[in-house]
Amino acid sequence: MDFANFLIQLLNSLQYGLLLFMLAAGLTLIFGIMGVVNLAHGSFYMLGAYLAWFLVGQLDSLVLAIALGTVIAVALGWLLEWSLFRHFYHRDHLDQVLLTFGLIYIFEEVRSILWGDDVHAVQVPEVLNWSIPLTDNLSYPVYRLVMSGVCIALALGLYLLISKTRLGMKIRAGAFNREMTESLGINIRLIHGVVFALGVALAAIAGMIASPIASVYPGMGSSVLIMCFVVVVIGGIGSVRGALVAALLVGLVDTFGKVLVPQIAGMAVYMLMAAVLLYKPEGLFKQ
Amino acid sequence: MSSPKAQLEKLPRSIQAILLLGAIALAAFPLMPLTGADFYLQMLSQMMILAIFAMSLDLLQGVSGLVSLGHAAYFGLAGYALAFLTPADAPISLWWALPASALGAGLAALIIGFFVVRTHGIYFIMVTMAFAQMVFFLFFDNKALGGSDGVYVNFRPDASLFGWAGINLENKTTFYYFTLLLLVLVYAFLRRLLFSPFGRVLAGIRVNEHRMRAVGYGTFGYKLAAFTLAGALAGVAGFLWAAQTGYVNPELMGFHMSAHAIMMVILGGMGNFAGAIVGAFAFEYVMHFFKDLTKHWQLLMGSFIVLVVVFAPRGLLGLVGQLSKKRETP
Repeated sequence: MDFANFLIQLLNSLQYGLLLFMLAAGLTLIFGIMGVVNLAHGSFYMLGAYLAWFLVGQLDSLVLAIALGTVIAVALGWLLEWSLFRHFYHRDHLDQVLLTFGLIYIFEEVRSILWGDDVHAVQVPEVLNWSIPLTDNLSYPVYRLVMSGVCIALALGLYLLISKTRLGMKIRAGAFNREMTESLGINIRLIHGVVFALGVALAAIAGMIASPIASVYPGMGSSVLIMCFVVVVIGGIGSVRGALVAALLVGLVDTFGKVLVPQIAGMAVYMLMAAVLLYKPEGLFKQ
Repeated sequence: MSSPKAQLEKLPRSIQAILLLGAIALAAFPLMPLTGADFYLQMLSQMMILAIFAMSLDLLQGVSGLVSLGHAAYFGLAGYALAFLTPADAPISLWWALPASALGAGLAALIIGFFVVRTHGIYFIMVTMAFAQMVFFLFFDNKALGGSDGVYVNFRPDASLFGWAGINLENKTTFYYFTLLLLVLVYAFLRRLLFSPFGRVLAGIRVNEHRMRAVGYGTFGYKLAAFTLAGALAGVAGFLWAAQTGYVNPELMGFHMSAHAIMMVILGGMGNFAGAIVGAFAFEYVMHFFKDLTKHWQLLMGSFIVLVVVFAPRGLLGLVGQLSKKRETP
């Protein structure tokens, strides 16, 4: 593998890892703060991708589609938290698993009724539809770089929100000790609504920005969900920092696994997970 | 995860009566002259097979408190084992194909169990699911293993013994009774196990694993044994499924199949194996009913699941148990 090729694979794995991070961060935030296991997280990714496809068709602009799609995702997250999830914070994990499994069915069917079962593609916006030449016959698409940039910006925003703002302080306090936080007069219900909507929005945004490089198809949520689980298991549940490290690690192993040892490409990530479990059953960054 | 829900381990009279009546009805069914009997025979066979599968999961979920979201992996692996063991031009002997398939599934469960049993609670759920998905993709991505199209099982296993060909599984009715027999055997075995010292330790682990360890039990070994046994029994169900449908594909090992098993156990009631049977029949019935009703059955199924979780977390048998308890102690 020469240097240009190596660079391309490195950028690809970075881009994949960052995308996984967006998804896993939402999953692990919702678990860490509310104690809810959300199998439907992959469905939000799928809904995001379909929303991007549908809205680009209506608005003719990916940026506008993502903006509007994010608003819809936040509203959906808020509504779900308000109507269903808030009744499940104190229930068994098993009940949460079943609830969110039922939701997967509902989302799949709603998608099928609204948008059918076809596979779709989303055009890369005209401005970003070019590549940076690396050698005579190798080049790197700009859209993927921009994608990584957006993910990094969002990750940074998330970090600042949680560690530097007043709202973030309340979120952390609520995760640490719910009763104490409540008795200090902080509206924990509101906080939960915000966190859940944030998690849903992160998943949907990931689906929207990924839609131009991946096709939009039914069932795209479930494979992503499994990868999120692997990331969360490796990183340590509830740890956003762990999710970042694990997502980048999974991105590297998956991408280079496909290039270097294609025979076991599908398994490489799971081998990584098994190795981590042997070494640390609670994940690398368990809090 | 220890679930504090009341477990109807010792079955009340009313539930025992329901089970007995159910078993008699199942045994009498092929004797009745019905239109479309073949179709119903097949449907009931499938429900019985799924009941065995659900019971195997209940050993983990209801008895030991280990919620596996990847149990279908062992179900599917045994089905694939039958598919690959059966030669292209002749049936294979049941008497070694069934043990071999179940042992294969049990061995896979032992290996995967070594990794997953070290984890707890929600971690366990995620890790079992991830490992099952690894198995799923192993078969899905490999053309040599049938890929996404799956593999045909050309012949049902041959059940002749020492030249006596009295049992012919190609016959639908015979297969039905064979499945019923296995259902009863697995149920009796698991009930027996539940009240054995091994079963009591598993129940103890569900309630408080730390205490069990403090008392001196090596809980890792017990959990691993339960995981392996559950995998092997799921293998029995998967073997029957492959023999009946004559076809295996990766979907058998998929995430939906695993979640369905959990749903069946929950719907019927956890921890006593009777609930798993009732739940499997009820769940399959509801699914068939919705599928006949509309092509948007997934919407109804999803809503049904959500409603069950919200309103009946103790399952159908829990409901019956409550009613009969009220009558017995007025």
